[in-house]
Amino acid sequence: MTSYLFIILSAVLVNNVVFVRILGLCPFMGVSKKLETAVGMGAATTFVLTLGCGTSYVIDSWLLIPNGLEYLRTLAFIVTIAAIVQLTELIIQKTSPVLHQVLGIYLPLITTNCAVLGIPLLNIAQRHDFVESLLFGFGSSVGFTLAMILFAGLRERLEGADIPKNFRGTAIGFITAGIMSLAFMGFAGLDKYK
Amino acid sequence: MIAALLVALLVMALGAVILGATLGYAAVKFRVEGDPLVEKIDSILPQTQCGQCGFPGCKGYAEAVARGEAEINCCPPGGEEGIRKLADLLGREFKPFSDGFNIEKPKSTAIIDEQTCIGCTLCIQACPVDAIVGAAKQMHTIIAGQCTGCELCLPPCPVNCIAMVPITENVVTWKWKYPAFSIGKAA
Amino acid sequence: MSLRKLFNFHGGVKPAYNKEASIQLPIAAAPLPPELVIPLHQSIGGTPRPLVSAGEHVRKGQLIGAPDGYVSSAVHASTSGTVKAVELRLMPHTSGLSAFCVVIEPDGKDEWGDLAPVPWRSMNSDEVRGALRDAGVVGLGGAVFPSYLKANAGKQGHLNTLVINGAECEPYITCDDMQMREQGEIVVRGAAILRDLTKARQVLIGIENNKPEAIAAMQAAIKATGETNIEAVTIPTRYPAGGAKQLIRVLTGIEVPHGTRSTDYGVQCFNTGTAYAIYEALELGRPLISRIVTVAGNVETARNYEVRFGTPMRDVIALSKAKPDTDRIIMGGPMMGYRMPSDSVPVVKATNCILVGSPALFPPPPPEMPCIRCGECARACPTDLQPFEMYWFSRARLFEKAEAYHLADCIECGCCAFVCPARIPLVDYFRFAKSEVWARETEKDAADQARQRYEFRLEREERDKQEKAARLAAKAAETKAKLAQAGSGDAALIAAAAARTQEAEGKSNAE
Repeated sequence: MTSYLFIILSAVLVNNVVFVRILGLCPFMGVSKKLETAVGMGAATTFVLTLGCGTSYVIDSWLLIPNGLEYLRTLAFIVTIAAIVQLTELIIQKTSPVLHQVLGIYLPLITTNCAVLGIPLLNIAQRHDFVESLLFGFGSSVGFTLAMILFAGLRERLEGADIPKNFRGTAIGFITAGIMSLAFMGFAGLDKYK
Repeated sequence: MIAALLVALLVMALGAVILGATLGYAAVKFRVEGDPLVEKIDSILPQTQCGQCGFPGCKGYAEAVARGEAEINCCPPGGEEGIRKLADLLGREFKPFSDGFNIEKPKSTAIIDEQTCIGCTLCIQACPVDAIVGAAKQMHTIIAGQCTGCELCLPPCPVNCIAMVPITENVVTWKWKYPAFSIGKAA
Repeated sequence: MSLRKLFNFHGGVKPAYNKEASIQLPIAAAPLPPELVIPLHQSIGGTPRPLVSAGEHVRKGQLIGAPDGYVSSAVHASTSGTVKAVELRLMPHTSGLSAFCVVIEPDGKDEWGDLAPVPWRSMNSDEVRGALRDAGVVGLGGAVFPSYLKANAGKQGHLNTLVINGAECEPYITCDDMQMREQGEIVVRGAAILRDLTKARQVLIGIENNKPEAIAAMQAAIKATGETNIEAVTIPTRYPAGGAKQLIRVLTGIEVPHGTRSTDYGVQCFNTGTAYAIYEALELGRPLISRIVTVAGNVETARNYEVRFGTPMRDVIALSKAKPDTDRIIMGGPMMGYRMPSDSVPVVKATNCILVGSPALFPPPPPEMPCIRCGECARACPTDLQPFEMYWFSRARLFEKAEAYHLADCIECGCCAFVCPARIPLVDYFRFAKSEVWARETEKDAADQARQRYEFRLEREERDKQEKAARLAAKAAETKAKLAQAGSGDAALIAAAAARTQEAEGKSNAE
């Protein structure tokens, strides 16, 4: 049980996808202008990543490894994840138009998100079992959501700030992200109290 | 070697076929109609119904924008703020007015010179918001409160008796000005 | 004297009160000026329609502006004389813009028109409210909201507490103080009328404890009139205890939440001057044509005057003799007042004080420094807002976010700017943001209306087209039926031709 907790905690804070692994920066910079959209993107990513990690584990251990096709992982995973995203979008659009409106254009955007491919690959590299894979995917995407929400909150305030002209927009965004990344390094100290 | 290659191809092809079939089935099964985006875009537009964007009315422009057929910078009455709001809603980048659209005018209302008006009713037919009252061979007049300043009544008038008059501030509509901002020098 | 449990409102400040100067002398009547300029728009709401034209003779108290719309209040001639013009004149408004005013040249007789007391006890509440509206009674605390809209018993059919606001928390202003001292009995009688109109169970007159004479005078007046359920309550002196919501909080402990009205909680608040005006209007039939105005600040003898509306401020200030270094005129107090564009603007219903300023008295504000988010303003805010957040977004013109911090609930009392260590003119930012928000809302309403009208027009055109098509189809069917009936031969041909002509005629008629 504790090991499960550790997987989640590590994925959310210590090895935060955005701030520590520096993955998924495009949506992080792209859709963090408003808190609402950041939450939507986070929710969509959480859904897809959890599912993607589980599915990719199954494909890897049942299809690729038995056939000695580990070198096709990237290809196989990206196709699978793209399909999952499309499927999810279609289903949500039909069953819950409200949720679809909230997630909006972010669902298809996830397909091209490097974190979504990176996390399943990392997951395989860490030799997790099926449940651990699901937890790892879930934890990582919660970490992503956390980063998005924190950053969107900051950016909403930054909009009203007196920023020198050359630094406005993405520039100040990257500077802020860098400082937040430094702050997240503090969580690396957590494992000293194991 | 060839066997390994064949296995790889077979596995990937199998995967692709299964995924493709699922997606195709889902696309048919979960089809939805309608687009709630149009309403949202329409609520941002200024509703002058002037047609300067090249579409019939604000709703038409909203539909075109929602379909991705029109740029967001084609609405001069909405001003730069309107573009900004559209960019915000649609997640697009802000675009300044392109040439031909950058004529931001002060808000105006049309006024009919009642001495010159011959009562031809052409302007009444042109007004998109029914803000002109009058009848054939009778003098026409404009309900100032309903006029959106679209200028659509100007071209049809055969005697050029309609003029656009900018709206001036009065005590009620007067706005407080932005406080003069100065960063104090630390003593 | 019973000891009443009082409550506290959040925040507030204690500025220097500077009230002593203007309470040394009794209220004096300001003389008739050579010209009265009476603005038609003197209260919140619609601008009254002018009822007189140039050359007409008017008598004192004659209706010259009829209320227009639900929220509006009548305007009357404040003396007898001849109407010189109804024209655009400079308004007592910071903008320096002009609006329509009735200019009257007094004939010096100052004769009243026919006055008849309003038999309000035998009238139903709508009739009484109509009488108040026609008498032009508005809130004289400074907000000038038409009183008739407030003088009702609320949803429950009665009020628990009627609050009469004699707190007068703003520095320099003493008009309510002096009125309570000199005309306390009439104020109490006015409060009693309001009590009966609103069916209130008790009336509390809240007076700050820096006005002991006024408190004593009001207590004596209550005794003298023999009114029951009316009590003068001493409250601690703290700005802005005279804000309606703040005073209600102090006296009753009720905090009126955002977006609701105090009557929903069985409370209503009127100014003492309003109570006086209501007595005059109902018992004597006199419309509101004058008020008590404090002249204070950079003058030789600060004093309160009974001033007719329309008197140029210049003439009133002359009575108190402004000192030579005077550089500005403020209507209202130093915290919430508005700077006037000129000293020629008239005294109106909202003019509780003419504050004469000089660079020595009100030195130019020190330079504004960046906000460090110390939170002092939030501690001082009597409406529990976060001014530093509202400032952040107002300054950046992000009005929607400023609204999310309840910008609309700001009463512009100036406590935040008063305590701000960075000396930021916070209220100026809020006023700016509020008027922008307001303008956007008006624009949005206009756009919504235009959309509705446009859609209706499209619908109508579509309907017309369909109706026309239906008419034509019916005609065609008729012709066919006739053809069939007429059978073969010449008769049928003739009938068909006749029908065709008919159809063509119908078509041209339709068009």
